[in-house]
Amino acid sequence: MSAVPLLAVDDLTVSFRTRTGAVKALEHVSFSVGRGEMIGIVGESGSGKSVTAFALMGLLDAAARVTSGRADFEGRDLLKLRQGELNELRGRDLSIVFQNPRTALNPIRAVGTQIADVIARHDPGSAAKIRARTLAALQAVRIPDPERRARAYPFELSGGMCQRIGIAMALACRPRLLIADEPTTGLDVTTQAVVMDLFRDAVRAGGASAILITHDLALASEYCDRIVVMHAGHVVETAPTAELFRHPRHPYTAKLLGSVPSAVETIDDLAPIDGSLPDLRRADLPVCRFAERCERRRPVCDTAPLLPEPCGPDHLVSCRVPL
Amino acid sequence: MGDRLALARYILAENPINLVALLLFLAFVGCAVLGPSLVPYDPIATDTAVALQPPSAAHWFGTDQLGRDVFSRVVVATRLDLVIAFAAVLLSLAVGAVIGATIGYFGGALDTSVSRVVDVLMAFPLFVLAMAMVAALGNSVSSVVYATAVINLPFYIRLARAEVSVRKGLGYVEAARVGGSGHARILRVILLPNILPPLVVQASLNLGWAVLNAAGLSFIGLGVRAPTPEWGIMVAEGAQFIVSGRWWLAFFPGLALMLAVFSFNLLGDGLRDIVDPRSRT
Amino acid sequence: MTAVLAARGLRKTYAVAGSGSLLARMLNRRPPSQLVAVDRVDLEIRPGEAVGLVGESGCGKSTLARLVSRLIAPDDGEILLDGAPIHGIEPNRFARSPLRRRIQMVFQDPTESLNPRFSVREAIADPVRLLMPDGGRKAIDARVEKAAAQVGLSPDLFPRYPHQLSGGQKARVGIARAMAVEPALLVLDEPTSALDVSVQALVLKLLVRLRREAGVAQLFVSHDLNVVRLLCDRIVVMYLGQVVEEGPAEEVFRHPRHPYTRALLSAIPRLPGTPKPPPERLPGEPRSPIDPDPMACRFYGRCPRQEDFCAVRPPALAELSPGHRARCHLPVAVEAAGAEVAP
Repeated sequence: MSAVPLLAVDDLTVSFRTRTGAVKALEHVSFSVGRGEMIGIVGESGSGKSVTAFALMGLLDAAARVTSGRADFEGRDLLKLRQGELNELRGRDLSIVFQNPRTALNPIRAVGTQIADVIARHDPGSAAKIRARTLAALQAVRIPDPERRARAYPFELSGGMCQRIGIAMALACRPRLLIADEPTTGLDVTTQAVVMDLFRDAVRAGGASAILITHDLALASEYCDRIVVMHAGHVVETAPTAELFRHPRHPYTAKLLGSVPSAVETIDDLAPIDGSLPDLRRADLPVCRFAERCERRRPVCDTAPLLPEPCGPDHLVSCRVPL
Repeated sequence: MGDRLALARYILAENPINLVALLLFLAFVGCAVLGPSLVPYDPIATDTAVALQPPSAAHWFGTDQLGRDVFSRVVVATRLDLVIAFAAVLLSLAVGAVIGATIGYFGGALDTSVSRVVDVLMAFPLFVLAMAMVAALGNSVSSVVYATAVINLPFYIRLARAEVSVRKGLGYVEAARVGGSGHARILRVILLPNILPPLVVQASLNLGWAVLNAAGLSFIGLGVRAPTPEWGIMVAEGAQFIVSGRWWLAFFPGLALMLAVFSFNLLGDGLRDIVDPRSRT
Repeated sequence: MTAVLAARGLRKTYAVAGSGSLLARMLNRRPPSQLVAVDRVDLEIRPGEAVGLVGESGCGKSTLARLVSRLIAPDDGEILLDGAPIHGIEPNRFARSPLRRRIQMVFQDPTESLNPRFSVREAIADPVRLLMPDGGRKAIDARVEKAAAQVGLSPDLFPRYPHQLSGGQKARVGIARAMAVEPALLVLDEPTSALDVSVQALVLKLLVRLRREAGVAQLFVSHDLNVVRLLCDRIVVMYLGQVVEEGPAEEVFRHPRHPYTRALLSAIPRLPGTPKPPPERLPGEPRSPIDPDPMACRFYGRCPRQEDFCAVRPPALAELSPGHRARCHLPVAVEAAGAEVAP
């Protein structure tokens, strides 16, 4: 990949202050998003994937501390922007689709108005122009009868419709990068397929790039060009989709592939992963956070630093004893 | 339990006012329990020779128009006021919880009819209703307790009804049904114990109000009568002397009343922070 | 062999609140609108069998599960438990009858389904105490310990309360509680959808082991077709209150005959290298379950294969091959349901 990536995240480390100690939520997270590509960040709950998205968007909780790292987006470091610059960027060049469509929409405003708000904020113009762009945004997500639907309130719409509105809002100002945080949670599988199809088509039509955050490996593999696998706040492996599933190099990735129902033939092939996520508040966290659950562990696994190493075409793995 | 105590310690440490409130509360309870045996003077013994003395070394809060030691009277009154408040709130809580839980659980016509009765009750100016009840039941401590409990009832009924409505659809209630529990058992064993914490928290916030109510009734001459030492009566009797510059008769019982309500309210806030994490910031 | 549970013609409707004017309702002119949750469904579960009940939100599978486990009463139809009718017993009376222990339920959200004031031991012992009281305290404790051992729950956890347990441990308590009374049928309502991926695998394997070892029949209600594929012998697909297809799990997966099942299966995301049916996306939304048109197929309006007569003649559930039935005038032919491997 010689082209300059749209987004380059390097050594991102985030910790949260809590009553019971500091939670080291992310450590040395690095990945990049090329132009026009959709990557998937995959991991269990607690792996840090949502924290990564929020860190990029500047939406982290007040208790969060970004202790190191850069996130270069079109020549600027997202993590060092002042509030004013961030506000300009968000919604226009960089936008996000949230997990629960119903709570992401304002319940007391019509959906069309909410889309118009985003447009007006970044691209002020005459009311007629904004209205036209609102309708165009609704059409881009294939909402039938857009003039009437624009006047509807979120409670009048189904979950799938609400999520389409969320996507329309995120795409309204033609962003360069779109982040989707578990966008299909709570949606039926047929609705999920429709929503993901139009998400992909809309992103491609706009020439934008996207980050899809999900715990569903199969979903990521169907829509993403490259996949970033996270475990307990670390990036353990990144690779193009087909390569990752054909040759998983990190023991965690391989185990994950053996433990999800979509990946196995019969119930007897299903192999749960031993142990559980380490408590991220511990002071004595091992260098490799998967080590305590891994049967390939050797003394070399405890030597710092643990850096991503190339192990195939465009394939990086953070493991001392890769498969 | 261990982590609740740790949490309690944390909350007390976080906001020093909670500590102040706790100490005040304990002081009042101490007065109520031990006060009558430790006061220097008999609260109803009169001695007109020393009437209307300002606060001094001999009489810390001064003396009233009949020569009674104000300090002793304020301390002894603590027991009566606290007993009335606690009894009224407990009674209200117990009866209100049962009624509210039942109507919240079964819903339907029962819920509608009882709720309308509660609405009618709440439409009355509650203090006037209390006055009417005490007047009808006669002037005694028990009628003050009943009156205060009755006018507080709608609040607990509504709260219990809401808490049960939220919980009755939850998995563990259905699990209890599948596990062989009929309606009565679910209400008694499963639901009531679960709604008790938020109710108890509200009760503690209510205590202050109940004290004020009892004092208010006796202020206007209903319920507890002189010469029984009670804060409301003392304020009423002392009010006429303020004009002539003898402030201590009404001031000290008034101060006790204020501090008691203050500490109960703060303690209730602290309790709520411990019991219901969601309302904590 | 008698079925453990046989349900025939089950029907459950709910009056839609606020529909129809008060005056009209009082005069009985226009009855309030009815939301048909379950529409004349037949269901049979044989001893030791695992049946998967799938469908999307609003299809009536949760309502059917609650009808079968007698938490609610059907408006019409019959339910036979080991051949004996139980549909007429009012739910509160059923809860206190000795029949209650034969059908147990495991709920979706392990956090919500455990009483926060019961310790693990109390939670498991409570149904045993109510439904299998003979033998006294010792016998009850023995049953609790046996159930905990069955699900791999260590006795160290007995004094703990739900907020001190992990998600996987809570799920196990829910299962132990249901198994402690030795039911003949276990109804599981989305047992893994609220669990983390890593815990899901553990619970699924546990459920299979329980079926093999204890011989308990299982009715799985799930929207996750992969889970159903792995665990169930038979699968029943529901749409808007009706059964639209049922048959052996492998066969329904490989050769779905109803267009809705086909669309459902094609919507499941697949990993690269696994067989993938051609994409078939359903337009629009399901029709309203309120006052459905009795003369039209419920799938009309979204069906890629529909013809005009589908709107005027309701299809019946017809047997297309042994054990495999579908409710469609134009079922998909077996050859057409081909598959291509995902890149």
